[in-house]
Amino acid sequence: MAGFSAEIWQSVFLTLKLATFATLILLVLGTPLAWWLARSKSIWKEAVAALVAMPLVLPPTVLGFYLLVVLGPQGPGGALASLWGARTLAFSFTGLVIGSVLFSLPFVVQPIRNAFEAIGDRPLEVAATLRASPWRAFWTVAVPLASPGFLTGAILGFAHTVGEFGVVLMIGGNIPGETKVLSVAIFDYVETSQWTQAHLLSAGMVAFSFCVVLAMMLIEKRMMRRAS
Amino acid sequence: MSATIKVHLAGQLGQFALNAAFEVPARGVTALFGPSGCGKTSVLRGIAGLLQLRDGYCSIAGDVWQDAHHFRPVHQRALGYVFQESSLFAHLSVRGNLLYGAPKQPQGHIIRFDDVVALLGLETFLDRAPATLSGGERQRVAMGRALLSQPKILLMDEPLSALDRLTKDEILPFLERLHESLAIPVLYVSHDMSEVERLADHLVLMRAGQVVASGPLSVLQSDPALPLAVSQEAAVSLDTRVESYDAQDGMAMLAVAGGCFLVPSAPLITGAAQRLRILAGDVSLALAKPNESTIVNVLRAKILSVQESGAHQMVAVLGLGEDGQGARLLSRVTARSWRLLGLAPGMSVYAQVKGAALVRKAAPPRS
Repeated sequence: MAGFSAEIWQSVFLTLKLATFATLILLVLGTPLAWWLARSKSIWKEAVAALVAMPLVLPPTVLGFYLLVVLGPQGPGGALASLWGARTLAFSFTGLVIGSVLFSLPFVVQPIRNAFEAIGDRPLEVAATLRASPWRAFWTVAVPLASPGFLTGAILGFAHTVGEFGVVLMIGGNIPGETKVLSVAIFDYVETSQWTQAHLLSAGMVAFSFCVVLAMMLIEKRMMRRAS
Repeated sequence: MSATIKVHLAGQLGQFALNAAFEVPARGVTALFGPSGCGKTSVLRGIAGLLQLRDGYCSIAGDVWQDAHHFRPVHQRALGYVFQESSLFAHLSVRGNLLYGAPKQPQGHIIRFDDVVALLGLETFLDRAPATLSGGERQRVAMGRALLSQPKILLMDEPLSALDRLTKDEILPFLERLHESLAIPVLYVSHDMSEVERLADHLVLMRAGQVVASGPLSVLQSDPALPLAVSQEAAVSLDTRVESYDAQDGMAMLAVAGGCFLVPSAPLITGAAQRLRILAGDVSLALAKPNESTIVNVLRAKILSVQESGAHQMVAVLGLGEDGQGARLLSRVTARSWRLLGLAPGMSVYAQVKGAALVRKAAPPRS
């Protein structure tokens, strides 16, 4: 642990804080969105689904570029920031959270949407015939039955936020304690030939990613067992 | 308020036009019967509000659930619904499933938890997960769950059709007990006449999205204008009363309006209600009383009407008793016998009943 300077710990802590915030916001925004995508018969449904899925194919720099425009001093983000005396949302922790939420949205929405769709109409019909209001049916039937989807979505959203680089670099820069997250720190260490630190952080990320993927697979297996 | 179930549902469902109207008493079991795809399930879903039809009227014992101006949402209708597949909540235990729809204040419970558990025999698996139950057990839990929501009407959509023969026979007695011990009206969708003959008091006959006829089961069974009476399995269900039981021969004497039947049976209590099923093919006709025969049940009857049924066969509707005012029977005879005996409506005959099967305890007569 000797190699772990205060600077590294700061990056680790910042990354976890960012991923936690982003995941919580993603669950709050993603759940109603996934519900609507799973149950609506609107003709706009697939268009909205495509929009949500865009970050999967878009180069992170493109998303980062537009976020920079929107969050910057000339954009609505700048206007918002001026409310508390700041000049811009770009190059701030808030900006990073906004960027991460947008960038990780498909990773959270898709599993939850799939889980809602897999439940089908029947359990909700049953709940309605048992006097459950739509609100109660959602919380007591749909959410518990879709819980593996929520778990998958939360893990993927968290992990993806931890691992993002392009968007962060574009809108966050490299401000220690504010926007210097792990992936940027690794890049920074390599740039400045601090290989030991780069090694430590990269190995840590490898172990972290392995755990995430393993957890996902175990959840999926449990899901399959329950479905059968 | 009139104690009837009044339904009129119309609408276009894809290629299928539904226009079904009927009014039946809000008591006992009413079977919605018809071939697959005739719209029975749509009617049931319409009554529940799961299917929203533009033109609809539905009232249960004076409580209007849907008319031209109002549509009460499903969760505000006091109904219990049993689906074809038990559709238990996989994330809840059997107990959790049973209590899901039960009102939170137990003093509002007319149908009590312990009674339902005993009635449906659920004691031993209350704390198990639905996935560990057999098909028949799951369907029993689904019935209990529906009952505990304290419904004013129980809607059952072919609750037995997903089960095999053995499991069906395991469940039917529970359904019969339900029928005997609870005063809740039941609407029961089925395409299986043997279920209907066993359970139903009233019948709504459907075909191609429309109601062909509705009325008491035995009346519709013996109506020569309806397809039931001329089908190969034509039968009547008679609600009888036990007159006496002969333990030595193992025979029960069952009384019905206009006559008595002697039927082999397990011991029965005098005065109890029993339902008999008599196939048209098991009833033959004679002009004189046969003296020596192994057929025990020979009853006076009057031919009320006759209908051709298939190739060279006739189905006669009989009224039991000298005057033909008693219960109805169906008799299938060949056109040849009909001609040779010179049979005609209005004639008095002897009906020889080769087989009469006990199907269940009949519903106690209601005022």
